[in-house]
Amino acid sequence: MLLKRLTEAAGVSGNEKEVRDIIIEEIKDHVDELIVDRLGNVIAYKKGKEDSKKLMITAHMDEVGLMITDIDNEGLLKFTTVGGIDKRILVSKPVLIGKNKILGVIGAKPIHLQKREEWQRALNIDQLYIDIGAKNKEEAERLVNIGDYVSFDSQYIEFGDDLIKAKALDNRVGCSLLIELIKETKDIGFYGVFTVMEEIGLVGAGPAAYRVDPDISIILEGTLCYELPNMDEHLVPTSLNKGPAISIMDRTTLYDREFRDRIKKIAEKNNIPYQYRKTSMGGNDSGRIHTTKEGSITTAISVPCRNIHSPTSVMSKKDYKNTYNLLMAILSEYKKGEL
Amino acid sequence: MDTKEFLKKLSNGSSVSGFEYGLSDLITSSFKDHTDQITTDKLGNIIMLKKGTEDDSSIKIMIAAHMDEIGLMVKHIEDNGFIRFTNVGGIDPRTIVGQEVVVHGKEDLFGVIGSKPPHLQEPTEIDKAIKMEDMIIDLGYPKEKVLELVSIGDPITIKRDFKSLQGSRVMGKSLDDKAGIAVMYEAMLELSNLKHEADVYFVATVQEEVGTRGAFTSTYSINPDIGIAIDVGFGSTPELPKGATIDMGKGPGITIGGNIHPGLRDQLIEIAKQYNIPYQLEVTPGPTGTDGRAMQITRGGIPTLCLSVPLRYMHTSVEIIDMEDVKNTAKLLAFFISSITRENLEGLLCY
Repeated sequence: MLLKRLTEAAGVSGNEKEVRDIIIEEIKDHVDELIVDRLGNVIAYKKGKEDSKKLMITAHMDEVGLMITDIDNEGLLKFTTVGGIDKRILVSKPVLIGKNKILGVIGAKPIHLQKREEWQRALNIDQLYIDIGAKNKEEAERLVNIGDYVSFDSQYIEFGDDLIKAKALDNRVGCSLLIELIKETKDIGFYGVFTVMEEIGLVGAGPAAYRVDPDISIILEGTLCYELPNMDEHLVPTSLNKGPAISIMDRTTLYDREFRDRIKKIAEKNNIPYQYRKTSMGGNDSGRIHTTKEGSITTAISVPCRNIHSPTSVMSKKDYKNTYNLLMAILSEYKKGEL
Repeated sequence: MDTKEFLKKLSNGSSVSGFEYGLSDLITSSFKDHTDQITTDKLGNIIMLKKGTEDDSSIKIMIAAHMDEIGLMVKHIEDNGFIRFTNVGGIDPRTIVGQEVVVHGKEDLFGVIGSKPPHLQEPTEIDKAIKMEDMIIDLGYPKEKVLELVSIGDPITIKRDFKSLQGSRVMGKSLDDKAGIAVMYEAMLELSNLKHEADVYFVATVQEEVGTRGAFTSTYSINPDIGIAIDVGFGSTPELPKGATIDMGKGPGITIGGNIHPGLRDQLIEIAKQYNIPYQLEVTPGPTGTDGRAMQITRGGIPTLCLSVPLRYMHTSVEIIDMEDVKNTAKLLAFFISSITRENLEGLLCY
């Protein structure tokens, strides 16, 4: 299954090769042009009958993770974070290191040897390390290099009521949607762009947009979902099972209102549930894309993901399906020249 | 069955204190071919007797390793189906954020312990540990379905697959003290090739993590001449004080302190030296945090020993041990048992 393959592949920002290879293999027979640019972005073009406007659909390939910074005398590995990770989710987790996916764990001091006040403080990254079971520094050095990328060891699991648990749903869910769009559409001309290094500062998106020079862009994402019982409704950024989340404003973009209203109407016309992304925190590739060259119009459509940026992200298959349906409906309007 | 394979099954299985029955079949079926009698007492302790090789043995040695593990328990079900929970045994709440869990309801249900996305956090939040009472388990079902499948009081375990690391090291959940059960298993196999006068009672005890309760009742019923607890010891890591730990891969820790009978301890060290089995000393002046503390004060007092398998990251779901340490602990245990005779026992126990 595509989303399983994509989420179980390692693709920490700057090291997207495994993900890129899967994407290329999936789409190469369905596009008219395909290049990998100097940064590692995958830029695919699918010809249409006649394209009124230049449409670009993007999804970033990378995920948050860790990077090895040092190997200590005991053979334990020190690391830093790549992208926005809450250090508190790292403790007591298995991870996979480097190309050979060496298994390691991030341990923690036994509770028995702690003072009570220690529990109340989060452990800092510099207090944590990865243990691969090496007996000493030499053994660790044979297996691991400084600079090796580290990803969470987390399998794709389906559970509950049509839900999926996996790592890197932000943003393999966007990649999966874009791959499906590329494979399933006919006679609709658009650029499908898979970007690198979104999580470390929207690095790939600018150069990709510069090359494509789109009139309109749709950014596909996995986005924040957080809904505790008794939370004030206006504080809930998105909810699971309420359909694709359409962005209004975040830290990187004030999304074009007219285009957003157009998408809303398309959803309503096709009876596709949707929701607004009700937080202005976070951001995505749109920030670079809409300010590249003379500027262009963007919208961001996201699948809500609980526990985002953790090894146990959760999304709904229903939301995925509804997001896919909305995108197909948008493309069909675009085909008619009515976008 | 290979000891590592047995340990894998023990570790992947679930046996939260008070709910140890999930492992009973695995343990009894693994021990039955090499023991003479297996009973289960009222609390759920599994007592497996391997008779001495002499016809009329009159010495009883009890080996205890606890089969229970720390875990969580369902406390409340929220309107949106999320589960609130508490801990069974000592759990650092910081080690369970973002974990996958199995809620053992009417059926085993997969869930995850949720976390707030970093994007929505205040800068001050990030340095505070999240309290257990602020965490939820997400089963992905609406309340009605959760109520159908889950009851208040159901046990919960962290979902973690036992795996090999480099060399002979392995990682998994609840190696505390399933490593101890593995040591008993391996020692039982060793003993099958050795002469031993003593009747050996291998006991997989219950409820150690909540107060060594199984050890009290099983020691009472067996009334052994010698009690030996097999548990795990703090494996050394950089942040821990040297004196409080034992090193990985350097053999069992032999406990020294008030909980331990000095004459028997000297014999244990003597045997280790005699057979070239690596060992380390683990200093615990007061009662140990093992079944040994219960054994020692049962009935009129039982001479007690403790052997520890070095283990890193105790009470997390990524505990690490070295299989070589399991082997050496079992070897030392078996040779020690074999060395005890009617003739030398009284002398060893004499103050």
